Amino acid sequence: MADLTASGFSACPACDAAPLAQRLADRAEVAQGTVILSLPTAHCATCITDVETALTAHPGVRNARVNLTLRRVTVDAPGLAADDLIPVLAGVGYEAHELDPDALSATTADRQGRDLLMRIGVSGFAMMNIMILSVAVWSGAESATRDLFHWISGAIALPTVFFAGQPFFRSAWAAIRVGRLGMDVPISLALILASAISVYETMESGHHAYFDAAAMLCFFLLIGRYLDHRTRAIARSAAAELTALEVPRAALLLDGAEQTVPVASLRPGDLIRIRPGARVPADGQIVEGRSEIDRALLTGETLPVLAQPGQMLSAGEVNLTGPLTLRVTAAGRDSSLARLTALVEAAEAARGRYTSLAERASRAYSPSVHLMALCSFAGWIWATGDLRLAVNIAAAVLIVTCPCALGLAVPAVATAASGRLFRRGLLIKDGTALERLAEVDTVVFDKTGTLTLGRPTLVSADPLPTDLRPVARALAQASAHPLSLALAAALTDEPADLSEVTEHPGFGVSARWQGRLVRLGRADWLGVADHEDRPTSATWLAVEGQTPVRLEFTDELRPGAADCVARLRKAGLRVVLMSGDRPAAVADLAARLGIDDHRAAVDPQGKEAMVADLAAQGARVLMVGDGLNDTAALARAHSSISPASALDAARVASDMVLTGSDLVPVAEAVALARLATRRIRQNFAISIAYNIVAVPLAVAGMVTPLIAALAMSLSSITVTLNALRLRD
Amino acid sequence: MEMLSILIPVSLGLGAAGLVAFIWALRSRQFEDPKGDAERILSDKWDDRPKPD
Repeated sequence: MADLTASGFSACPACDAAPLAQRLADRAEVAQGTVILSLPTAHCATCITDVETALTAHPGVRNARVNLTLRRVTVDAPGLAADDLIPVLAGVGYEAHELDPDALSATTADRQGRDLLMRIGVSGFAMMNIMILSVAVWSGAESATRDLFHWISGAIALPTVFFAGQPFFRSAWAAIRVGRLGMDVPISLALILASAISVYETMESGHHAYFDAAAMLCFFLLIGRYLDHRTRAIARSAAAELTALEVPRAALLLDGAEQTVPVASLRPGDLIRIRPGARVPADGQIVEGRSEIDRALLTGETLPVLAQPGQMLSAGEVNLTGPLTLRVTAAGRDSSLARLTALVEAAEAARGRYTSLAERASRAYSPSVHLMALCSFAGWIWATGDLRLAVNIAAAVLIVTCPCALGLAVPAVATAASGRLFRRGLLIKDGTALERLAEVDTVVFDKTGTLTLGRPTLVSADPLPTDLRPVARALAQASAHPLSLALAAALTDEPADLSEVTEHPGFGVSARWQGRLVRLGRADWLGVADHEDRPTSATWLAVEGQTPVRLEFTDELRPGAADCVARLRKAGLRVVLMSGDRPAAVADLAARLGIDDHRAAVDPQGKEAMVADLAAQGARVLMVGDGLNDTAALARAHSSISPASALDAARVASDMVLTGSDLVPVAEAVALARLATRRIRQNFAISIAYNIVAVPLAVAGMVTPLIAALAMSLSSITVTLNALRLRD
Repeated sequence: MEMLSILIPVSLGLGAAGLVAFIWALRSRQFEDPKGDAERILSDKWDDRPKPD
């Protein structure tokens, strides 16, 4: 089961780096006319009522149901689209985002969870009823009464084991067929042997029957299974939600008319329109329009690049100022995103498969349990020649050693720890992620978009004369360029009255102010020389007859970045900064955060090589990054985290996703992962301690069904309580 | 001891009733949104009459 569920993420991050084609291939069945919206701010009863009332009052909506656990609302509204409903919710004060129903194929996971719950319910019922009868037997019921109770217990236990034990039988059979001994082989053996021997003992009117043990085994082991499943399902549905947030669409130009189509349906030769602020959906050549392009996610550069007809663009870049018309040269699996495929696959293979604590434990456990049961069987045959007694003792050994505690040891801790991290804003996508994170001793950060928000802010308005500030604000408001937005946000003056405002995509904005020409834009457009080696981005304001003014911008730090770095260093971890940006910008940020070890102008291959190099020196690297240029390094690193703002490909390649904008949870996660791993080891120690007491008794033939029941339930409960100490 | 012939079926019957109720709740998807259900009880929207389907 573990392999099956994990493959959704980690088997091939590169496949997801190559766009979206396969996403359309495995479409889930979604009812026509159903819109699913994410409600990140909903949290209480009033929210539910507000949202449902507002939506049902909207004409065309048949039904709306909020799921507060998932923070989603499902709207049954034939003929309406998300764009019609989002303003309705915004009107009552709720932020809503469209979710791609195709990417949310959560229905299969739900069915699996319900199936497990049903088996838990059935085995719980059986266990309790058999226990009532067993208590009577333990307290001394004799002859005919005892036999009757055994028969009734058997009548309940046999169908229960048959029904509730199926997950174990199935996976044990799968393991045996490929010649392995999983955890489930001894479990299945214990279940079958316990039931068979109890039936025989009952027919022979014997003293001991293990029907209660069989039902109890099913119950506790299924709880472990369910916890495991739920942790994965929650992580998966949240990760699927992140993916679903980016509904992959492109504006296709057909005979001059714009048409919205799925990105996966683009073909080379298609003409597409890219609006300012939109991400380039496929590789292509600019046919028409002028603009600036933000390549931060692909290369880590913070400075926008000029784009004009004839130039090639790569998928993943962001168009900043003017609308562009693009002729698609490569789409889907052929695009430049897909070129990273080989790199990421190689990196994954180089990292190798991680063997989790649970796997290591079960590898030691299965053979030793089988061996012990076999030895006690052989020993008792040799000593007494009594086959019935020997089989009874072998069954007792199997039942007592059955890994109730072992089966709960890891999932109980993982559930508690991932629940706590989820509330702090960190999503765990991979089962072994916590254990790997606990071993980390070096943290490598990307700069743009990870330690910084990738969003410029004005360093200071001081160079700007007071009388020019209204002009600067008015010019800045005329453009959607990130630097303009930052400038407009930083100035508070009343905008000046301008005429003839024109945006020159790719260059800047010009206008007339009191009869004079005023311009805001690139240095080369205004005809001034800029100092390229400064750590900041810049734009210039030129007023006719006055010297142009240089306005400096710096990339804003992500909240908690300084705190996070300080905490990691305090915890004794080595912190490295690695970026594709210019040396001056990287050195400046490193100085601000107190990171001594920083490297600039590193290309994607370089990043991966550097991580591999660190690993070769014996370091366990945690890579934190968001861009396509980080993807290979993320896949190569021992453990990896990416922010939710990262590209799909980077998120898929990493083990954990940061859902909020704060970086502090990264430092907390490292501490919590170490604590969780310690708890898992403690749990193993507890269950081994129980076995050290119980196994000799079983081998000596002194275990009665009462002792088996006590050992089993006590160890399971201790382990669960120990795990619960992790909750906050 | 004759009481057993009544008590055992009764205890099994009660247990089975609980199991059937659990299975019904599971089948009708009442465990899909535990947090929402805990909050919905605070809303007085459908206090007077049940929500029409």
